[in-house]
Amino acid sequence: MTAEEILNSLKAKFGDAIVEAKLDAPQPWIVVNPSRTKEIAFFLRDDPATRFDYMMCLSGVDYNNGKLGIVYHLFSMVHRHKIVLKAFCTKEQPHIQSVTSVWATANWHEREAFDMYGIVIDEHPDLRRILLPYDWEGHPLRKDYQVPEFYNGMKVPY
Amino acid sequence: MIETKSLPTQYASQPGPVQTSSGKTLRTDEMIINMGPQHPSTHGVLRLEIVVEGEIIIDVIPHIGYLHRCFEKHAEHMTNYQQVIPYCDRLDYCAAINDEHSYVLAVERMLKIELPERVEYIRVVMAELQRIASHLIAVGTFGIDAGAFTPFLYAFHDRELILDLFEMTCGARLLYNYFWIGGLSHDIPPQFVDKAKQFCTYFRPRIKEFNDLLTYNEIFVKRTANVGVLPKDVALNYACSGPMLRGSGINWDLRRDDPYSVYHKLQWEPQIGKGEMGTVGDVWDRHIVRMREMEVSLSIIEQALAALPEGNVQAAIPKRIRPDAGEVYARTETPRGELGFYVISDGSGTPFRVKARAPAFVNLSVLPAISRGCMIADLVLIAGSVDIVLGQVDR
Repeated sequence: MTAEEILNSLKAKFGDAIVEAKLDAPQPWIVVNPSRTKEIAFFLRDDPATRFDYMMCLSGVDYNNGKLGIVYHLFSMVHRHKIVLKAFCTKEQPHIQSVTSVWATANWHEREAFDMYGIVIDEHPDLRRILLPYDWEGHPLRKDYQVPEFYNGMKVPY
Repeated sequence: MIETKSLPTQYASQPGPVQTSSGKTLRTDEMIINMGPQHPSTHGVLRLEIVVEGEIIIDVIPHIGYLHRCFEKHAEHMTNYQQVIPYCDRLDYCAAINDEHSYVLAVERMLKIELPERVEYIRVVMAELQRIASHLIAVGTFGIDAGAFTPFLYAFHDRELILDLFEMTCGARLLYNYFWIGGLSHDIPPQFVDKAKQFCTYFRPRIKEFNDLLTYNEIFVKRTANVGVLPKDVALNYACSGPMLRGSGINWDLRRDDPYSVYHKLQWEPQIGKGEMGTVGDVWDRHIVRMREMEVSLSIIEQALAALPEGNVQAAIPKRIRPDAGEVYARTETPRGELGFYVISDGSGTPFRVKARAPAFVNLSVLPAISRGCMIADLVLIAGSVDIVLGQVDR
């Protein structure tokens, strides 16, 4: 399926949950409502026409304009097509729904997005920090992150 | 947090109350054991929190991040795109060439540049040599996990010869900084082609020797067959890649199915696990896939060396690399699986965002799912067969 057909089938099924799309990009992407990612993901995985059974990558992004986002790179082993989904949220309300129940691989990726960007993944089964210590303060990959001077009494910049 | 899943039935002993000969019931309890962070079988600094009942594993909770070096933050704070390449080397320090390949591919796709054909062929030769070197570490240390020390020495002896080839080319033995955006840092030296061909002739019989020593050894087969079975659907759902995915019987290799470089011009077939010694997707299958992939790599190297064209090793690229604003996700097949780089450019000279989709990170996340219900001793083998490099897991 081409990106346009995927977009049309999503629009027919979910209507206003599909916020915008950019189909002329080298890797076309579709922006979806952050509180409905799970049902859209289930549809994309289970619909016989799309069958996105393989999640290549899930990345958190800070767009440096008060907006955070998660980018899902999806691939179908059956039909060999790709699509990129995006879900945006604000720094004040950093909530995006989890897709771990759809693709188990999203579990650790979402924990990483939470760890690095402070995006709260709603309905995630085990939302803990993953790469940083559990008592670390702040989310380092945010563009406005300030390195703390001390961590547990140890000086951080050396 | 800890969730007990139903146990597989192939184990004779099940956790539960134990009856003594006098008819009394012994009290049993779950116990939590820490494996690592400093443990020879975790292949680095990884801590596994193991919940056991007797010797049977109820759950495994991996704790990672001990080797976190802020790769992604560093990449955003470099002064240009080229400076990220040495950091990519340090992701998977056992297969640095493959890491560079993925990153430069992502940037080259953003710049939309065509490479001289000689560059692509040399890249393929180097990537496949590196794949053999990396698989030698994987199978060598896997032998140690199973209690066989000698194969490890064989593997490291042969790996040394590959590192000599790299040293001859770019001076470095582990972290090369050899693939540059738009080409290579140096052309190969004149004697390289002969030496590489000599290595291929030397190494092919050594694979058979290694197989006789380890792979088909009866004790080794008994330890690895039917252990840590990763079914197809679980492998896909966890987005496993590389030998993990092919070991489960899925015929999938990015070199063939999402082609890059010149792999599509060469004749070769991906190797998949067939369950010869037990079940499809067990630990032995993942091991044999690595062994057979080394032979495939040898054949790719020989073909690429035979077809090596003359020419330049650097494409004409602007001095200051400024890709147009946009984003790209490029993936390559590294020895551990699909390494993807998601690079966002805002039109400036430094990347806006670089995300490394590390195959070791993703493959490790399936470890709890496949080790529930196994014995503790088997966990060492299962973790070894995932072939993690903690530099890549923690980035």
